[in-house]
Amino acid sequence: MKLTREDIAHIATLSRLSFDDKELDKFTKQMGEIIDMANQLQAVDTEGVPATTQVVDRDTVFREDQPEKWQTRSEMMQNVPDSSNGFIKVPVIIDKDDND
Amino acid sequence: MNFKSTIGLEVHFELKTKSKIFSPSPVTYGADPNTATNVIDWGYPGVLPMVNKDVYRLGIMVALATHAHILPQTHFDRKNYFYPDNPKAYQITQFFQPLARDGYVEVEVHGKKKRIGIHEMHIEEDAGKNTHGTNGFSYVDLNRQGVPLLEVVSEPDMSDPDEAYAYLEKLRKIVQFTGASDVKMEEGSMRVDTNISIRPAGQEKLGTKVEMKNLNSFEHVRQSLAYEEKRQQQVLLSGGRVQMSTRRFDENTGKTYLERVKEGASDYRYFPEPDIPPYKIKQSWVDEIAKTLPESPMDRRKRYIDEYGLKPVDADVLLQTKESSDFFDSTVKAGGDPVLAANWLNTQVNGYLNDHRLELADVKLTPEHLAAMIKLIKDGTISSKIAKKVFAETIANGTDPKQYVEAKGMVQLSDVSVLGPMVTKVVDDNPQSVEDFKNGKDRAIGYLVGQIMKQTRGKANPKLVNKLLNEELNKR
Repeated sequence: MKLTREDIAHIATLSRLSFDDKELDKFTKQMGEIIDMANQLQAVDTEGVPATTQVVDRDTVFREDQPEKWQTRSEMMQNVPDSSNGFIKVPVIIDKDDND
Repeated sequence: MNFKSTIGLEVHFELKTKSKIFSPSPVTYGADPNTATNVIDWGYPGVLPMVNKDVYRLGIMVALATHAHILPQTHFDRKNYFYPDNPKAYQITQFFQPLARDGYVEVEVHGKKKRIGIHEMHIEEDAGKNTHGTNGFSYVDLNRQGVPLLEVVSEPDMSDPDEAYAYLEKLRKIVQFTGASDVKMEEGSMRVDTNISIRPAGQEKLGTKVEMKNLNSFEHVRQSLAYEEKRQQQVLLSGGRVQMSTRRFDENTGKTYLERVKEGASDYRYFPEPDIPPYKIKQSWVDEIAKTLPESPMDRRKRYIDEYGLKPVDADVLLQTKESSDFFDSTVKAGGDPVLAANWLNTQVNGYLNDHRLELADVKLTPEHLAAMIKLIKDGTISSKIAKKVFAETIANGTDPKQYVEAKGMVQLSDVSVLGPMVTKVVDDNPQSVEDFKNGKDRAIGYLVGQIMKQTRGKANPKLVNKLLNEELNKR
């Protein structure tokens, strides 16, 4: 699979990043190299091996429905760049598929 | 040209758990911002989400109640998107192997029964809440982040807005009676997105669909769909093309407005969630849950009408909420006459709740007390007039009706040896009334009953007084 400059621009938009032309060229090349590296896995013969989404040998691990208080608000807010009245303050972004 | 509409609905229900889907953060409504959330909800490095067992249990209840096929193996996937309402930058959902598929709900519209298919239902996490300020900033509260949701996706089986409305009503009622969700549109525990496309009659291929999100009442769903039907027809009739898009319904104008042209599903770059193992759902667990499934509203309605002899309209009022239906059932179980219990609940109790803006759970009235009061009415211990006083006391203060009636000496006077002489005297004292009675004025007797009631402070058995007065007057 060959990554194009348009792919990188598209992914950047989805990730709310903006790149100039120079950066786009650079990342197209770098991302392409990463994909190429991962593509080496295609060389493995997987004939007869069933597809899986999991590599751990366990399933159906449930937690009981018991509420617990872990962090306080001030603890949670320690890594928040900006806050106001207990809310996290962020630049307005309205364009989204939201379910509010 | 005639057009056909194709409507599909996606409904999100908040599942009623005490803790979140992947973390033990408490689920709250109306708590101070960011006080009910933790490092798992925020996707901090090194945390491990663990699935709340009750989320599956409640989801399975809804699947059973809608005749859906529960998948023996399910797993979670990541839906990637960047938005401040979710600091993880992905939502954990079930995309490839959902909880259940192929269910249905039966509705009755325009006098016809119709089955609306449920394509699938899956469990997922809710996102936080953004409040957009006017100063270029948004304010994020992550208390809702990680609250469990069940998304029920219908088949595109509805062909007009009335069918969509009927489907929503029925689905809400079914889910409500499982007890899995509060299903309150106004609190966001039920949320509706719609899809609608139209095509010329006779054309096989479906038209381009338009999506509308976050409609906040069933009536808005109906209005927005009706508006879209007309708008899309006009577009097609004028030679235009319907654009695949998301539109917003404005409740003030009753119109829909273009919000944005839709992204493709692949932009979410779904992939299996690596932090959470797959979930195998054993039939034995499903059977266990099925045993705890409360009786459906459809079965209750049948029982109320066929077994208890309630009028359909009274049954429907009781069935408006699970709480009132459960209260009624408990009252009958405690020995209350079903017809009287329905009448009291639908008139006096509902009236009280409306006047005081309360819910059934907020008042001190118990089914046992209501049943006890109904028994006192039925065996003639108290008159229905006295019953209203007893009711007022019981619902306001939780007083035992029997004890109250005895303590206050409210027991109805049904003793002929006491009432007989009173009746004779009142007739003797009111010759005018006797004359009026003889002249066919029925109201005369009412006046005399009133006199007896006054003398007995409302305790006389009105039926008996009526009977005795009639006998006495006919003798004169």
